[in-house]
Amino acid sequence: MNQDLQKERAGASFKPELLTNVLDGSPENTRRRREIENLILKDPDFQHENLNFLSRSQRYEVAVKKSATMVEKMRKFGIADPDEIMWFKKLHMVNFVEPVGLNYSMFIPTLLNQGTTAQQEKWLHSSKGLEIIGTYAQTEMGHGTHLRGLETTATYDPETQEFILNSPTVTSIKWWPGGLGKTSNHAIVLAQLITQGKCYGLHAFIVPIRELGTHKPLPGITVGDIGPKFGYDEMDNGYLKMDNYRIPRENMLMKHAQVKPDGTYVKPLSNKLTYGTMVFIRSFLVGESARCLSKACTIAIRYSAVRHQSEIKPGEPEPQILDYQTQQYKLFPLLATAYAFQFVGAYMKETYHRINEDIGHGDLSELPELHALTAGLKAFTSWTANAGIEACRMACGGHGYSHCSGLPNIYVNFTPTCTFEGENTVMMLQTARFLMKSYDQVHSGKLVCGMVSYLNDLPSQRIQPQQVAVWPTAVDINSPDSLTEAYKLRAARLVEIAAKNLQTEVIRRKSKEVAWNLTSIDLVRASEAHCHYVAVKLFTEKVLQIQEKSIQAVLRRLCLLYSLYGISQNAGDFLQGSIMTESQITQVNERIKELLTAIRPDAVALVDAFDFQDVTLGSVLGRYDGNVYENMFEWAKKSPLNKTEVHESYKHLKSLHSKL
Amino acid sequence: MVGSPVHRVSAEDAWSRSMHPDIESERHSQSFNVEELTNILDGGAQNTALRRKVESIIHSEPELSLKDNYFMTQNERYEAAIKKKFHILMLAQRLGWSEGSRELQYASRSVSGDLGFAIHHIFQKTIRSLGSEEQIAKWDPLCSKFQILGTYAQTEMGHGTYLQGLETEATYDAASQEFVVHSPTMTAIKWWPGDLGRSATHALVQAQLICSGARQGMHAFIVPIRSLDDHSPLPGITIGDIGPKMDFDHTDNGFLKLDHVRIPRENMLNRFAQVLPDGTYVKLGVPKSNYLSMVAVRVDMLLGEVLPLLQSRLRPSDPEAKVLDYQTQQQKLFPPLAMAYAFHFVANNLLEFFRHSYSSILDGDFALLPELHALSAGLKAKLSDFCTQGVEQCRRACGGHGYSKLSGLPSLLTRVTASCTYEGENTVLYLQTARFLIKSYLNTQKSPGSASKGSLPQSVAYLTAPEVARCPARTAADFLHPELYTKAWAHVAVRLIKDSVHHLQTLRQAGADEHDAWNQTTVIHVQATKAHLYYVTVKIFTEALEKLESQPAIQQVLKRLCDLYALHGILTNAGDFLHDGFLSGAQTDMARKAYLDLLPLIRKDAILLTDAFDFTDQCLNSALGCYDGHAYERLFQWAQKSPTNTEGNPAYEKYIRPLLQGRRARL
Repeated sequence: MNQDLQKERAGASFKPELLTNVLDGSPENTRRRREIENLILKDPDFQHENLNFLSRSQRYEVAVKKSATMVEKMRKFGIADPDEIMWFKKLHMVNFVEPVGLNYSMFIPTLLNQGTTAQQEKWLHSSKGLEIIGTYAQTEMGHGTHLRGLETTATYDPETQEFILNSPTVTSIKWWPGGLGKTSNHAIVLAQLITQGKCYGLHAFIVPIRELGTHKPLPGITVGDIGPKFGYDEMDNGYLKMDNYRIPRENMLMKHAQVKPDGTYVKPLSNKLTYGTMVFIRSFLVGESARCLSKACTIAIRYSAVRHQSEIKPGEPEPQILDYQTQQYKLFPLLATAYAFQFVGAYMKETYHRINEDIGHGDLSELPELHALTAGLKAFTSWTANAGIEACRMACGGHGYSHCSGLPNIYVNFTPTCTFEGENTVMMLQTARFLMKSYDQVHSGKLVCGMVSYLNDLPSQRIQPQQVAVWPTAVDINSPDSLTEAYKLRAARLVEIAAKNLQTEVIRRKSKEVAWNLTSIDLVRASEAHCHYVAVKLFTEKVLQIQEKSIQAVLRRLCLLYSLYGISQNAGDFLQGSIMTESQITQVNERIKELLTAIRPDAVALVDAFDFQDVTLGSVLGRYDGNVYENMFEWAKKSPLNKTEVHESYKHLKSLHSKL
Repeated sequence: MVGSPVHRVSAEDAWSRSMHPDIESERHSQSFNVEELTNILDGGAQNTALRRKVESIIHSEPELSLKDNYFMTQNERYEAAIKKKFHILMLAQRLGWSEGSRELQYASRSVSGDLGFAIHHIFQKTIRSLGSEEQIAKWDPLCSKFQILGTYAQTEMGHGTYLQGLETEATYDAASQEFVVHSPTMTAIKWWPGDLGRSATHALVQAQLICSGARQGMHAFIVPIRSLDDHSPLPGITIGDIGPKMDFDHTDNGFLKLDHVRIPRENMLNRFAQVLPDGTYVKLGVPKSNYLSMVAVRVDMLLGEVLPLLQSRLRPSDPEAKVLDYQTQQQKLFPPLAMAYAFHFVANNLLEFFRHSYSSILDGDFALLPELHALSAGLKAKLSDFCTQGVEQCRRACGGHGYSKLSGLPSLLTRVTASCTYEGENTVLYLQTARFLIKSYLNTQKSPGSASKGSLPQSVAYLTAPEVARCPARTAADFLHPELYTKAWAHVAVRLIKDSVHHLQTLRQAGADEHDAWNQTTVIHVQATKAHLYYVTVKIFTEALEKLESQPAIQQVLKRLCDLYALHGILTNAGDFLHDGFLSGAQTDMARKAYLDLLPLIRKDAILLTDAFDFTDQCLNSALGCYDGHAYERLFQWAQKSPTNTEGNPAYEKYIRPLLQGRRARL
């Protein structure tokens, strides 16, 4: 064990194990998670060469092999609970990228949500056992988050009782679906349904794409890999072009909408239900933001404790870079953010399960707010985590740029989260739509409930940006509760400003759509402020629930840092809204620096508590034992370029000299 | 067709003969002459013509095509980069392009810098700036003729930006008149230098000089590392490639471990310091002179690497031009566009200043070195930070397709982001500028009669300008006056610099020792430095505009970008402007209104403004960003060339087939 890390761990004010239990939800969860992780770590079938030294084709092959092994092992180990499946996959995939992933995350859930009982009977068993491998093809080359713009058509032919699928333009080619390129033999395709000469909008169809037995593309199907990407090397994201391709009528998923044999279209009862899968994935992504940022913080903070550089005082040995104020200022707010998002993620998961039960009982009342909240929080947390991971990488200096740090991998695999499952700006605007609706509701005299209930206070407050002392009480910068109030006021103010600007534009422009576009920057700001408030509020509430004194103390410091740092970064909003005074902002900045010093002794223990295995981190810099440099040298020596002492390309160098 | 923008279109694509209608309509009504703006960026119409001539030569050479880059392994990229460099050198010889000529610069730009031996030139430059006349006479021709290949080995595994912390030692042995160069620890292994892993025959090693038993600090030594006959490592040298990185696959960043390697006394670069045969150490310059080559590299880097990356990123990457009509999309793309133009003028300005001071420094006049050092350090940090952020923002603004390597965007990002940590980690650089600012500020506080109070260096002269406590703006339109926002930035910079000095002094008076006090205030110093650099860049941009009076249409369109650049910064740092009441809440709202009103005005010219950068399609190498706008056709065609589609699927035979067929039997 590296001596610096040993000292850091000995000096911590709390036991990381207890905090790990908080993060896992219970000591029992921690135990079971580790048990599952160890199953994989000790299993020779999951060992393979370092992915960084492999070509893309080789990485894809390793991933396919692991997926195949995984299916067998999960059955063998009796792992079926969704959380346990996630723990299992998280460790064995490292980057959580698997070519058959969409079979489980999209194909099967869609079948369950939208397929009839007969359809489930026909397809579910074989897809669960991977006798067929399915994917989900929605995005097209020219169309993404805006579903109604998709161009693929499914035209019903009553004579043969078949649908004829077509990709009428280049832009309509299905593009990006994971596992589509080389792995899957079926896809759920979203297409515009046309029957009896009329278009009824998007519907889902099960489409066989490769021949069983030979795996060759079926006639009428053009399918392949979309080529190299920023990350996701292991994934064969694919394209799919269909030319007059026929499938039987029964292949349309008909739980909600139906096409009768004669071509008559039967409308679904409610379209809210299709939100279900999206809400689930987006709330999962909030947790994923937390996990990836936590990983990056673990690597950067451990390495900063091991790395010595420059000098604070002349003549003394080089200090650990974690002792530099600027380094603390880069990393500790991110560490606090990682904790905040961990708790936001846990809250989203609980809420989803709770509301899902309500839906089971036919109660859809909370679904609109949940839908709005997951959209905004997915965007808010993924934007923040995206920038945070990159900041962690740069905080590791030059070595962060090497794949041995593991940070480039985390970044390139995380960053698509900002654009997939709903582009973030579009997500923020969905939340804004809900905020505007709630605002209007309050103004028409109705109360709103849930996270937006603060809007109920607006009419009585009569916000006037320039007037000081409008707010009932002064903000106490040492009280998380009081800071939550401050965030609430900021959100209320920005929602009101956006709403008023929108009204003004509506009057001036006469078209709601144009007005909406001309207010969209304000609307995104309002959504961000709302999400920021939610994060601060959830963190504050979580701290209060903790019994153990030492854990509560350290989390309280992180919670304060998270809240104060956000105020410092957005000081303009708090000053302009007269929520805080100039001297308070100065105090906030001073208090942040005190908190950096207070958190410093616990920094390593705080990242230890995330309890990532070295394999999951995939980082030489972030090793638990801190033996960074020896291992970096060993790692580099394994690089394929070092297989020979003189590289074959020397021939070019040699001829250079003779020819010039 | 050379000389007109049409030459940019890739001829081999059938659909390129027509323009995509969306993009054509963007170019239909021009509020200014794109060609004239391109000329301004190139520094004259002759340069534009020369650049296009060079580009057409480069693009007609199949050996220099970038087409397969995205499908190559690290090994293949390296080999291709060496091959390209070799090819360009042959071309240069044939066409008489001399070393350091514009032609060679343009050639490098047209292959996006994807060439081998980049560090070889830094090796050569360092010898020119730190070597004696004799040394230059000996080594320079060898470099120019590529009879030796050099690398610059400063960074070590455990040590980076902080020069004095390096551990590699060069101990003088008077008996043999040799230096013994040695890596005493694991952390002392040289790590990261480009061209070191597989190419270089010589390394310029930065090491602690030890002579007559005393440590004399960092000096540069020329160390032969590979045999000139068979390229094998020389005795005592352990060398290799440091393995895969985020990018720079074409460069063989390497490691170098020296085990008591002996080199002759003459191999220490001795323009500013030398060791006499008996071991006596003689100093000829100031301690900072060692930084000279770093300053030179930074200036070079800004001009050669960082800026083109940002600019090339800003092509109409999203073919659905209509996406540009969304206000949120404009908010994402136009500030980086404004930055690309701002930084163009900033880089030119810095280069001018560098040329002016460099020659006097080589002659032993160090008066301008502190300002040059502070300015180049700070601007390198700011530009690389902003370019990285801007570039990533553009990538994400392209939605999912920005994630495909075929868009060209990921590789541009991974390349520019490296610039945030190499040639000086950015935070360290901000703090170097901060020290200069504090010194300059304290200088203004000395009593007027004091002898040491000289005139302030030009970039900090504003520290003595008269105070304005309140912003005079009364309407949104007032925020479109360059003088008003330049003063606003000056005000905030001065306040923050004062504030950071005040904090430092308070801690000192409370008894903290100098170094603790510094460490405790570094966060505010960085903040103050960033405000200073924003002010400097706004000022340079506004001054550049004044020189464009004879071209009013271009001046107008660039002024909008300048306004946007200044206001974007004010709004994202609104707290700093509201803090002491310099801006009121109402004025902040006016600034925001002015900013939002600029977006649709810039919208009209957005495509033309990116056209003016005049990047060829071949150089952008992006399926999305082509001049003709036919993004989707190209994306589809390029994807089909991917080896994943052309080389069969071994994973199917090995795993998928058993999975699909065997399962039933085994279950």
